[in-house]
Amino acid sequence: MRVPILKQGHYLIASIQSALTDADLLQLRDDLAEMAGKYRSYGIIVDVTALDVMDSFAVRTLRAIAHILKMRGARTVIVGIQPEVAIAMVQMGLTLGDTFTALDLEEGLELLESGRDRRE
Amino acid sequence: MSETRVSIHSDADIIAARRMGRELAEGVGFSGSELTIIATAISEIARNIIEYAGNGEIVVRQTQQGTRRGILVIARDRGPGIPDIELAMQDGYSTSKGIGLGLPGSRRLMDEFEVDSTVGKGTTVTMKKWVA
Repeated sequence: MRVPILKQGHYLIASIQSALTDADLLQLRDDLAEMAGKYRSYGIIVDVTALDVMDSFAVRTLRAIAHILKMRGARTVIVGIQPEVAIAMVQMGLTLGDTFTALDLEEGLELLESGRDRRE
Repeated sequence: MSETRVSIHSDADIIAARRMGRELAEGVGFSGSELTIIATAISEIARNIIEYAGNGEIVVRQTQQGTRRGILVIARDRGPGIPDIELAMQDGYSTSKGIGLGLPGSRRLMDEFEVDSTVGKGTTVTMKKWVA
């Protein structure tokens, strides 16, 4: 299922609705890379609230999205990682590296607005 | 004892496998984060089947040892096999496009973990988790 991406001012908000296949995740990466240029976005939010599992492929792809968009001049914030998902990720040894995170969409938007640094 | 099995042929089957694993684990008595941990481990070994063997299957069943109840997950393929299991179990070692966390990561998520592999014949990963 293709992830809907909403344009809001200078921001793009990708809100994941259900479990994604590997192909869906790669599609999201490509869509965001293209749209960020088309709409001259400088802030991207990827809302993962609906993901009940984030395995190594998902984490690697989200990290790649953040790095790719950085090269396109935009800042990416991952929002909505569920507590159980965070626990499983840490136990497995997965990290988001220097990717920005926020508790939810509201906090994510605030982070983009303020530009304040809340790295992992 | 309940048992379910999912054929793994495409990345969509990875989602089906972890979903059925979570459902069965819920019936066994696992809760919250443990369900997510089991689903994540299944996701990793299912992806290994796709990446290295192309197809295979995942079997999930309830298991018991004395009074302990748990879940048993078996991932089987007839792929190329793993020449050096010790190396494959190391963090960051990968012969595919992955980040090399599939096997060592799943081992950290589960209580028991075993890899049985013969080059040219295939690989079987067996893992267990017990209800706390």
